Amino acid sequence: MATKPAEKGFSHKKVERNVTLLGALALLTVTIGGIVEIAPLFWIDNTVEKVEGMRPYTPLELAGRNIYMREGCYTCHSQMIRPFRDEVERYGHYSLAAESMYDHPFQWGSKRTGPDLARVGGRYSDEWHKAHLIDPRSVVPESIMPPYAFLAERDLDTGDMANHLTALYRVGVPYTKADIEKANDDIRAQADPDAGAGDLQNRYPKAQVRDFDGDPSRVTEMDALVAYLQMLGTLVDVEKAAPQERPGETEAAR
Amino acid sequence: MDGLVTRAGGWLGLTLLALVAAALAVDAPFAVHMVIVALACFAMLWATVTRADYGAIARGIFKIPADQGVYDDDPIRWGVVATLFWGIAGMAAGLFIALQLAFPALNLNLEYTTFGRLRPLHTSAVIFAFGGNALIATSFYVVQRTCRARLAFPALARFVFWGYQLFIVLAATGYLMGVTAAKEYAEPEWYVDLWLTIVWVAYLAVFVGTIVKRREPHIYVANWFYLSFIVTIAMLHIVNNLSMPASLLGSKSYAAFAGVQDALTQWWYGHNAVGFFLTAGFLAMMYYFVPKQAERPVYSYRLSIIHFWSLIFLYIWAGPHHLHYTALPDWAQTLGMVFSVILWMPSWGGMINGLMTLNGAWDKIRTDPIIRMMVMALAFYGMSTFEGPMMSIKWVNSMSHYTDWTIGHVHSGALGWNGMITFACVYYLVPRLWGRPRLYSLRMVNWHFWLATVGIVFYAASMWVAGIMQGLMWREYGADGYLVYSFAESVAAMHPMYLIRAAGGAMYLAGFLIMIANVWATLGGKVRAEKPMTETPYNAAADRPLVPVPAE
Repeated sequence: MATKPAEKGFSHKKVERNVTLLGALALLTVTIGGIVEIAPLFWIDNTVEKVEGMRPYTPLELAGRNIYMREGCYTCHSQMIRPFRDEVERYGHYSLAAESMYDHPFQWGSKRTGPDLARVGGRYSDEWHKAHLIDPRSVVPESIMPPYAFLAERDLDTGDMANHLTALYRVGVPYTKADIEKANDDIRAQADPDAGAGDLQNRYPKAQVRDFDGDPSRVTEMDALVAYLQMLGTLVDVEKAAPQERPGETEAAR
Repeated sequence: MDGLVTRAGGWLGLTLLALVAAALAVDAPFAVHMVIVALACFAMLWATVTRADYGAIARGIFKIPADQGVYDDDPIRWGVVATLFWGIAGMAAGLFIALQLAFPALNLNLEYTTFGRLRPLHTSAVIFAFGGNALIATSFYVVQRTCRARLAFPALARFVFWGYQLFIVLAATGYLMGVTAAKEYAEPEWYVDLWLTIVWVAYLAVFVGTIVKRREPHIYVANWFYLSFIVTIAMLHIVNNLSMPASLLGSKSYAAFAGVQDALTQWWYGHNAVGFFLTAGFLAMMYYFVPKQAERPVYSYRLSIIHFWSLIFLYIWAGPHHLHYTALPDWAQTLGMVFSVILWMPSWGGMINGLMTLNGAWDKIRTDPIIRMMVMALAFYGMSTFEGPMMSIKWVNSMSHYTDWTIGHVHSGALGWNGMITFACVYYLVPRLWGRPRLYSLRMVNWHFWLATVGIVFYAASMWVAGIMQGLMWREYGADGYLVYSFAESVAAMHPMYLIRAAGGAMYLAGFLIMIANVWATLGGKVRAEKPMTETPYNAAADRPLVPVPAE
């Protein structure tokens, strides 16, 4: 090897004889794309448009959302309506970035084995949801969805909900001190009309307070999941958000 | 003796710690997982105590230095067996969930067997358990041979193998119990992610350590790909799984990012799990095993340099094509699309370099079933790396996104490229690792090849039809200006396609079961009497590390 002539300038041979150099250059090469694409999303202001109505999930909705994730609903249902005529007519106004700003993690999904759920809230009755979750084919004969009858039979056991709200607070969700302190009581307050909602609806505007699963004696996993499904897409008044997408056009002109 | 006592004491301590965590757990799945960890630690304690060489300790010798003149192949043999074992589990799970989509009664009315819980089990089992074990085993094999050096840090290499199996068990049992971070292909929860990080750093140490002690001046091209795969997966895994646990004694955590930022981080991860786990890592396998089996040098050294650097640079940018027309800013979508289309070129650079390596040995396609598998793998690699850029074009994506076309695309890559190249490598490795004259039967390899190939064709073709049909039905307008089909009608229309897909998957699995039987018989030392086919000769005497010889 000593007889080899000295290389002039840059040669790939240098790289392939030095594992540190090779590793460092490879790491450098693979970081560039991610930095250029992802980092700006955190500081470009109009990435997430300002809309009115967004609020963090109530503890019951959050528990329902955790069941949605636990059961892998995202493997078959999207929560992201694209701005096409057919999708808007089928599912409602296209999804805004702000509508998932408190979603840790996001649940946009990648596959529609079943329909999109971004605006499913209020489209069906609680009774329909319960019947559909217990036996999907009893209300939609063509459905291939798995049955989730066990949700109705099982008490909702979330552990200390204050811990969950605290964890979300730490990653940036604006829960107040009162929200965290009352987290466990809020679950019962929302699912049990006899318990009294207290100030729940002041802290969580548009929160729907009722017994969701038709069994007022207890709070089940079905209560939580239906409460979550019934609030999906209901917080933001998308028509009010529309003018900012068409600058120069006033409310009256439409 | 002190070393033994310390190690045994350490394992005992960890066992007790895990049991305490199980007792204090805030949710049942976390308790189950801590019991599994305790059992693993106890197994290590047992192995430490019973397998210690007490005679050597008594004589004051802690370790007999390993023979530097042979390769350290034990973890590779285990890795090959683990690859096959998890392959059965993952593919059987895949066939089962495919049948669930055709016959929903197969969800069995049990929470543990619903599609939503089994689908992550299937994807993780085939990608991370089957593919991951294949990558770890082949990388340990290739790095030793191309560096002419024995594995660095043998104990750490064993830790990598067993630690990775523990990761798989924790992830898989977690999915069944509903423990999931709900981010596709990154479903394991925070504590399992932390464990994988530790294992992965050890993997990097063993791999780089072996390269450092190499006896060859150059680092072979396969090792560039393995190295970039290990380093990039570490980066992706850590960033995408940043999360805040609700309790340190519970399984639930919340992702650090939300909404649009989380979406792009996830698909930056998700697409490059494909790019680096399933592409760079498997290209590394291609760069060693195709030239070995063909007995030809790699076609072009220059092409390998160009396509290596351009591939790893470009892949990272392609993530946003999973988020076309979503609430992700338009500039990011367009950037993702442009880079995805450009990515076609380096991908085909790799395919060409692999295929052209057969220059002068093309006749082997007729006579050598292992070469045939490698060629088919490269053909499917080329097909799916053309299909991918095409689907990343926004106009195509507006129809193909959310449909089964994506599922078909993924499987022509996974079954065709990753599966076929893995089978070929395992067929190459088994006789060499276990010192057998040849495989039990090369004709069975041929059966495997045809079953797998026809199975993929059924799979991909049915999913093309299904995906395009869904995309068109969802957007079909009648003359009256209304949508023609309800969503439920599009679901019902999928039934025949889902049946054909399941049939294709069953054929692929059947081919794999033939492989298991073949490998099983080979390990048993049997050789089937059959009409011979081309074999690549093996020179066991040359297959050993270079050992420095003291000067005379």
